Amino acid sequence: MGHLTYLSLLVGCLVVTAPLELLLGVRVYARWRRLLLAVVPEFVVFVAWVLYAIAAGHWDYSATRTLGVRLPGGIPVEEVLFFLVVPVCAVLALEAVRKVTGWDAGYPAAPDDSGGSIAARDERGADRRAESGQ
Amino acid sequence: MTYSQIAVVVLVAVLVVDLAVLRTRMVTRPVFWVAYAIVIVFQLLMNGVLTGLDVVTYDPDAIWGPRIAYAPVEDLLFGFALVVLTLASWAAVNRRANTARRRGLDTRTRRSSTR
Repeated sequence: MGHLTYLSLLVGCLVVTAPLELLLGVRVYARWRRLLLAVVPEFVVFVAWVLYAIAAGHWDYSATRTLGVRLPGGIPVEEVLFFLVVPVCAVLALEAVRKVTGWDAGYPAAPDDSGGSIAARDERGADRRAESGQ
Repeated sequence: MTYSQIAVVVLVAVLVVDLAVLRTRMVTRPVFWVAYAIVIVFQLLMNGVLTGLDVVTYDPDAIWGPRIAYAPVEDLLFGFALVVLTLASWAAVNRRANTARRRGLDTRTRRSSTR
């Protein structure tokens, strides 16, 4: 696979976890704004760590098994994508376990919280009015 | 600082964030540990390929030495810290959004379960 080795692994992670969203319906990608927000601290901390590690020579990347595209600080583009792909997979795993077991993850379940279609919004609005007795 | 030292410092910092700052208490929840058990299987696979094929190589002076599935043991601390920080943050974002929604829309107020 040569230059595509690292990138293929990342794509593999997304493909393997995709059924959790598509079939199990964990609604992680559906809550993409929250997902982006939740990934920010991890992304900042770990990219900073990697930049330091590269500068200090703690680790290095193969020139033949990556695309060879280096971003400022010498970080391969795949390594940046890693810190987006892996946390997303972790969130998918958590939501899948939560959905299957019903165990508490520390926040109330929100059955539907996407912007969604107008029809879906109207439907939710009707539900809320019914719930609150209006 | 070596990779080992940074790994320990980041791990401790992330635990403080989870338990004391965000108070999401991810590491106290069964749902987290089952999810982590799944994640670590895939981490060992992916890390094994990345390090076994020398996609990533390590300075021997920056690590303790022992390896699991080709990868330095520090990678386990690294992965664990990454997962805890991400999931604590995800829980905090959802807790905030859902609680705000509930507060605004429900007449029957129910305390959010944060433990």
